[in-house]
Formats: sequence, C-alpha cells, structure tokens
Amino acid sequence: MRYVDEYRDAAKARALAARIAALCEPGRAYKFMEVCGGHTHTIYKHGLEDHLPAAVTLVHGPGCPVCVIPMGRVDDAIHIAEQPDVIMTTFGDMMRVPGGRGSFLDATARGADIRMVYSPLDALKIARENPGKRVVFLAIGFETTAPSTAMTVLRARAEGIENFSVFCNHVTILPAIKAILDSPDLRLDGFIGPGHVSTVIGCLPYGFIARDYGKPLVVAGFEPLDVLQAVYQNLIQLSEGRSEVENQYARVVPWEGNLKALAVIDEVMELRPTFEWRGLGFISESALRVRERYAAFDAEELFRIPGGRVADPQACQCGEVLKGVLKPWECKVFGTACTPETPIGTCMVSSEGACAAYYNFGRFSRDRVREATGT
Amino acid sequence: MTGEEQVLERIERARRRKARVREDLVTLAHGAGGKATRTLVEAVFLESFANPLLAPLGDGAVADGLAFTTDSFVVTPLFFPGGDIGDLAVNGTVNDLAMCGANPSYLSAAFILEEGFPMDDLRRITASMAAAARAAGVPIATGDTKVVQKGKADGCYITTAGVGTVDPSIQLRASAARPGDAVIVSGPIGEHGVTVMLARGELDIEAEVTSDTAPLAGLTACLLDACGPGAVRCLRDPTRGGVATVLNEIAGASETAVVLEEDAIPVRAAVRGACELLGIDPMYVACEGRMIAVVEPGAAPAALAALRAHPLGAGAAVIGRVAEDPPGLVLLRTGFGGTRIVDVLVGDPLPRIC
Repeated sequence: MRYVDEYRDAAKARALAARIAALCEPGRAYKFMEVCGGHTHTIYKHGLEDHLPAAVTLVHGPGCPVCVIPMGRVDDAIHIAEQPDVIMTTFGDMMRVPGGRGSFLDATARGADIRMVYSPLDALKIARENPGKRVVFLAIGFETTAPSTAMTVLRARAEGIENFSVFCNHVTILPAIKAILDSPDLRLDGFIGPGHVSTVIGCLPYGFIARDYGKPLVVAGFEPLDVLQAVYQNLIQLSEGRSEVENQYARVVPWEGNLKALAVIDEVMELRPTFEWRGLGFISESALRVRERYAAFDAEELFRIPGGRVADPQACQCGEVLKGVLKPWECKVFGTACTPETPIGTCMVSSEGACAAYYNFGRFSRDRVREATGT
Repeated sequence: MTGEEQVLERIERARRRKARVREDLVTLAHGAGGKATRTLVEAVFLESFANPLLAPLGDGAVADGLAFTTDSFVVTPLFFPGGDIGDLAVNGTVNDLAMCGANPSYLSAAFILEEGFPMDDLRRITASMAAAARAAGVPIATGDTKVVQKGKADGCYITTAGVGTVDPSIQLRASAARPGDAVIVSGPIGEHGVTVMLARGELDIEAEVTSDTAPLAGLTACLLDACGPGAVRCLRDPTRGGVATVLNEIAGASETAVVLEEDAIPVRAAVRGACELLGIDPMYVACEGRMIAVVEPGAAPAALAALRAHPLGAGAAVIGRVAEDPPGLVLLRTGFGGTRIVDVLVGDPLPRIC
C-alpha cells in the first residue's frame, strides 16, 4: 500500500539499525522516551525493538489520552450518563476504562445510553437526530483532538443545537513532559516527540526541553521507520554534543503548527488552573475547560458533577509506568491481577497504553523465541 | 532466568487458571468473540453443561459418525454487499460442519422476528437462505418461528443448526497441531467484517469490499481428499474474532506455538486500507467464507494445490507454521523485521483515538 509500505521496509530498517548501533559509544546506555502512546503502539506492533542494540532502551511516556484520565472523572462521566434523557458519546477507547463504579460498558449494561463515536461531529449528529435527549460528548485527548471538539462546539452554536454539550477532559502535553523532566527518579537522554500533537502545536513549544534541560527532542511520525529514524537523530545529536528540537515528521508537521486549529481551541477553551492526571497527580495549567461564553455547551455547567476524587488502587503503579520509571512488567500486578480483560489501571486499557501494548504484543522472551525458531 | 522471564512465567500460569466471570451483568464484550466470550462460555455454559462432547469447544460436536452444530445470527445491517443474514445463517452452519470434516446432511432454521418487520425483507432473506442451501446441497428440513413485540428484538434473528456425516478416518482437532505443521489460510482475510462495518454507514468510509460468505464443505472435501486422512490436523473457520482468535485456540489446545509471517497473510488492499484508517488489525476481523487448515509438513504442497484448484480457495496461502516453543502463543514476524505476539482480544476491536 502506497505511503504505508515504504515506511515499514525491513531492509531500510536493518540499514538504519546498523547506523544506530555504530553511533552508540561502547559501554554507554541510552534511554529515549517516546512521549506519545501512538508511538508505543507502533513500537510494539512492528516489533521495532528487535532492530535496536541492547544499549538503547525506549521508555514509554505519558502521552496516552485514556491512560491519564483519573478514576474520579470516569465516575463523573458515568454519573452524567445515568441522568434522565442523556445520551453519552465517546471514543471507543474509553468504553472499558475502569472508574470507581465500573466502566462505561458496565454502565451500558445497567441501562445507560452510551454510544461510541468516531468524531465529535458524530455526537452532534446524534443530538440533531434526538431533539428530546441531552447529548453529551466526553472529550478526551491532547491537543490532537481538542480542535475537533472546539470546532464541534462552534458548529453546534452556529446551528442553534441546544441539546449538545461537551464534558471536557482535554489535556496538554507540555506540562506532563515538564513534570517528567523534573521528576528525580528518571534519567533520560532524549525524547521522541509526539507527531500528532505537533501537527497542532508545532515544534517551537518544545524549545525549553532542549534549552533548559539540555535534552534533544525529535518530533516523529507513526510508522516504524519514522520512530527508528527519530532514535537515530537523537543519537546523532548526542554524538555531536547538541540538544535541539528536530522535526523528523516534516511531511505532516509544520514547524509553527496549525495556527487555525490553535485559534479554534483558544476561542472555545481556556487552561484550567489545575487538573488531576492519573498516576501523576495534580499538574497546574495542564488541562482545558470550556470558556464561560460557551457555557451553554459545557456539561460541567449543565449537570451537577459529583467531582469526587477516587484514589488509584494501591496495587496499581500506572503513575510510575506513565513517568517511565517502571517498565510495564515491573509493576506488581502486571499480567496477573491486572490484564486487558480485568484492568486495574488505565495503562492496561487503551491499545496505546504501555502495559496493554506490552501485554498484547510483547509478552514473550525474545531470547527464548530466537532459540526456538533458530533466528 | 531474568526478572522479566519470571514475570512472563507467572503470567502464563495466571492465564491457565480457571475462567471466572467477575461482572454482575452481561456486557457487549461477552459477545464479541474474544477473551470475555471465552470466559463466559467456560465459566457459565461449560460449567453447567459439562460433558466430553462439549468440552473441546470446537465448531461442532462429533460422535458416532455424526457431526452436530448450531449458530445464531444477529447481524446489522441485515443486507450488506455480498450477502445478507439469510445466506450467512446457512453458510455459517454448513461451515461449522465442514470444519468438523463432515458432509452436511440437514439444517434447521429458527426465526425470532420483531413485530412490524417488513414481509418483503423476510421473503428476501428466505430466498437467499434457499439459494445458499441449494448451493451447499443441504435441505432446511425443520424450523421454528417466534414473533416478539416491537422493540424487543432488532428486526430478524436467525438460529440454524446442522447435522452431517463424518468419515471415521477423519479426526480433526485443534489439539492435534504438531511442531513443523504448516498453517494455511484459504483466501484473503477480513472481508466480511470490514464489509459489515462499512455497510452500517457510521464511518463515512467507502471501499470496494464485499462479504466473503460462502459454503466451504466442497472445499474441505477437496482438501481432505488431496491430503489423505490424518495429514490434515485441524480445520477452523475464522469467524467472530478472526484469524488471530482461531490460531490462539489452536496454539492453546495443542500446547504449541504458531509462528506467522506477516507478509504472507493475504489481505486485499481495500480491507487493509479500511483497517489502517480505523486502527484495527485485519487479523481480528471476521471472515465467513475462509478457513484455517493446519496440515502436516509433507502434505502442505498438496493441500495448497487442492485449495487453489477450487474457486473458493484460489487465494490460499501458507501463512506460517507450528513450532514447539513458547507453547500457547501466536507469534508474528512483522513485515518490518520484528517479532510480536498476536493475542486474543478482550472484546470488540475498538478503533484507536489518535
């Protein structure tokens, strides 16, 4: 398939892997964090680590939209969904995320009307077709999905649709990266920057990472060769003693971002003073809410939200996994008490979560498989 | 053993534990054909009905030279490119019999109809059932009808059951796969599932795909004839849950590993494109006219030739082989040159967000 197969070429991967290996200084170990859950998914889905030398470790970062939603917000969303005449809509990934009282799938079984949509515009369509119902879109995601939520609010207002609202849980990526850089228990050599987020925010906002923290960051695409090339570019910077922001994904990401998308977000949403991230705790100015002038479309204004905090289950170490401090298999409950079937933590739910990716794709001993299959 | 390997061993032990349903209510995941379905079947149905015929959880039960199977159909929409619920209901049960190595003899059909269902639609469905039954050479010999109040069902549900005869020399079992065996698929995968997903009209994606629904008893007969008894270890039709789920069942039942080559798995460009856009893996998407055959190593060329000589097996390909280690796992050598696991999904393959 054109524009896909070129970026999955095994021969090119082997050639790049040889150059990566040649750049590694003997005796030195390298840790690069892929910030985005989409990259984590790509790495596992294509078995990318098979091409990396033992000296290079990829650390999975916090950029999985579903993984960072705290349990209290899931409960709030289910509470809204259980109000009379409400149709709750959300992306498929959210359906299995456990709250304090079970997941959306459980709420659906109890009788709530919760529908999976592929775009907030689908939710608006449901509102148009069900004038007697109150249709709420559970908005999640980083800057990648925030513009489409904002656009949908603008369209709802333009069309005069009064039975549509947004339960806004959009978060922003930079405070999360900063929290990780400030965390004392992790030593990283560089970053593979989030490609989709960067289509919106561009590359400039990452400047502080290179400047203040002295770490290279390479914005990368989502095909496996993209990710491998980002590792290579990180290593070149390190070998030359540089720390800069580079754009590997220039075929999609403009350096200055998408100004129209940013303007739309700014029109409809504003930063919250603080927001709780699953596992990472409260991070100031790290999430978006609907501005007061669009209060008619803000579910937090239209419904009484319990707003309770639910402590993460004690055994769950999603926070450490999200910060890259623990590898998924190092979590105490990984794969035994916490599985994709009965997830305790969010990292085990979304296919972009590090734990689910490792469990579903990487749960085998590479040494043993090499031995058994003679490769 | 490294710390990681110890964790992996612990996980494998946990996976072998007896299935337990934790939910108080049935959820849609229980019907999606993945792990949740398996748990429901083992912890509720197998627990209640326990008997040696049911225990292997094959496509049908075989005893005294007879194969017996049943299947329910609740597809939305009822009509889709390449077929409808009627031929699906006939072919589905014919195929379950065929996977037992049986020659289908008789079918039954039971209908649950919603009050207000258009009579023309019902006639259309029965006409296509009749055509499918004729094509498979098997009469619909008995049936039943129930009508429920409007809103208590979604138009039309059909349950078919089938009986067939099995030559005693044919013994097909998922547990029979042995290291070295070839894993063959009879044609491009994922076509039925993608067709139905797109036919629902919720995705605004258009693609030239049609359901692969077809009766496979003729194809299985050709294969079994060509390879001789014993050379074919097992046959499965990868319906709900797709090729990935069927191969996991084979790896699990036979305590072997299945090692697949991604580049060898036939997927039509339109199916691959739609799956890429939706972020789902064609390996988990249902087929209704394909089968997976595990054959002993020496029989692979004859098996492939026999399948390719039949119109329903023209796209057949060897997609991998059975290995000894690690038992119970399906591994995929990716086109990118890496290796990964192909696990059973929990529920529906949910599209990714971004």
